[in-house]
Amino acid sequence: MNNIKPGQVSRLHTRLDRSLLSRDKYKLFLMALPFLALAFVFSYLPLYGWIYAFYDYRPGIPLKDSEYMGFYWFTSMFSNDVRRQEIVRVLTNTFAMSGLSLLTSVLPVAFAIFLTEIRSTFFKRMVQTLTTLPNFISWVLVYSFAFMLFSVDNGFLNNVLLNLGLIDRPMNILASDSNTWLAMTLWSVWKTLGWSAIMYIAAITGIDQELYEAAKVDGAGRFRLMWHITVPGIMPTFFVLLLLSIANFINNGFEQFYVFQNAINMGRIEVLDLYVYNIGMMNSNFSFSTAVSLLKSIVSIVLLFAANHLSKLFRGENII
Amino acid sequence: MKIPDSTKVSPRRWSLDIWDVLIRLSLLILSLACLLPFLHVVAKSLSDDAYVIAQKVFLFPKGFTLEAYSKIFADASIIKSLYVSVIVTVLFTIIGMIVTICAAYPLSRPQLKGRTVITFLFVFTLYFGGGIIPDYLLVNSLGMLDTIWSLILPLSFSAFNLLILRSSIASSIPVSLEESARIDGAGHFRILISIVLPLSKPILATLSLFYAVGRWNAYQDALFYIKHNIDLRPLQLKLYYLVVQASESFQLEATSVQLSNPEVLKASVVVFATLPIICVYPFIQKYFVQGVMLGSVKG
Repeated sequence: MNNIKPGQVSRLHTRLDRSLLSRDKYKLFLMALPFLALAFVFSYLPLYGWIYAFYDYRPGIPLKDSEYMGFYWFTSMFSNDVRRQEIVRVLTNTFAMSGLSLLTSVLPVAFAIFLTEIRSTFFKRMVQTLTTLPNFISWVLVYSFAFMLFSVDNGFLNNVLLNLGLIDRPMNILASDSNTWLAMTLWSVWKTLGWSAIMYIAAITGIDQELYEAAKVDGAGRFRLMWHITVPGIMPTFFVLLLLSIANFINNGFEQFYVFQNAINMGRIEVLDLYVYNIGMMNSNFSFSTAVSLLKSIVSIVLLFAANHLSKLFRGENII
Repeated sequence: MKIPDSTKVSPRRWSLDIWDVLIRLSLLILSLACLLPFLHVVAKSLSDDAYVIAQKVFLFPKGFTLEAYSKIFADASIIKSLYVSVIVTVLFTIIGMIVTICAAYPLSRPQLKGRTVITFLFVFTLYFGGGIIPDYLLVNSLGMLDTIWSLILPLSFSAFNLLILRSSIASSIPVSLEESARIDGAGHFRILISIVLPLSKPILATLSLFYAVGRWNAYQDALFYIKHNIDLRPLQLKLYYLVVQASESFQLEATSVQLSNPEVLKASVVVFATLPIICVYPFIQKYFVQGVMLGSVKG
């Protein structure tokens, strides 16, 4: 012990440390490897499949025997009349329903403000329990409930109206192409309202209570408290969620529209995600479907960066 | 000293103003809009066929009977799809949690070089994909079509859950605690098992629920990948064919076919498929809210 000087000890120590550390880094990387491997195989490897968008690929025929088409599928979206009409119709549906969901994104805000105005814990908890539940049932179940309530034969609403003598013939609400956009938006509000409000409720809880006391001393009424203190207090949260929904503007999802589609509302309900499925899986046009989803992915990424840029501009912070 | 009445900061007055009425009424209507569909379907499922056919069942069962449920439980294909859903959800959640925990820990440690790049690669997966056709062809070429693995592996890693766990570990496990464990000779794996995981129990419960509920409710991938092997249809897909498309009939004993009204059977299978979610709902309420809060903290 006496032979070793303090300096030597520390040198020994650092050397040990360094070898330990480099082994550690290796081990740390190994730990992350399963996740990396899954992400590589199931998220990045499919990108290779974009190559099908440049061929006339038919299921069963190997790619090397397929005809090379260049940008044919992309240009046909604009040059082919039938395709162009389809794309315009699908984009209209997509934009309309995304636009409506942007508009309805203020509803959870109002709901959260209303809920925090309630003093009775029992009432508050009951409302929250009931309104959050629909978020956790699948779209198949949501449709099943819609079917039980609104179906043309023996649906709840029709039975009530018939019994009251308000209508003579049952209405076929689910199979109708009027107000499809609105109906889809309302179903999605029904499913997500209570759940989306949770984040705003948390934001409201975080508002300094002294602000309310001070305003009350100054004579502010109920509405003014909500409008001038609560609303500005949750604006930052609202803004972040708004930017995220802009980034997801063309990703309406598939499951909701797939269960609610039928022969009659098809023209109004077909959003991009459903369209890609219908031309790819139903009509087996693999190449055109891939071309559409390729463009969709690129636009998504552009929107994400745009939203992120806006976020940096206004909040000085990234959202990704 | 006596304070004059006028300057006292009074607690909110309890006189019922217009806002009170408006708020309570709208919240009540919203709650009813969520409750009534459930009540109606439960009522139908417990009612006698005759009353349902006569359009007499609204919110309460008439001619109470459990007959429809005994038929559901006697239908082997429905029970089988429930079984598939349970197996898939359990395996999915276990695999998802293992890979997420193993990746979140290193990404929360400053020693790992290139963390930012790796994180970025993961976040990207949230916003783009090859599209359903390339996904389908990949699953096909991996030989996973019509196997339960097609429902487990492609979605078993969630970058969203990873980010939540990473920031939770980074903020809740002090570096000093980890360092003292290192001095005592503990390796990373040991630190993860005996320090990080016990301290992260609530967030682990939340993320397990995220994985499990997400898997339980999704049917899109089953629709794409389970084509021929109908024994592997999870409950949601089975429900789709029974209720939405009505292309498949309930497997009833031949004698009872004429007597039964599909409406009652449909209602009872809908309740049957909703019950599992209702059962875990108390846990969901307890842990999900926490997860949302953590998710809103920047990933």
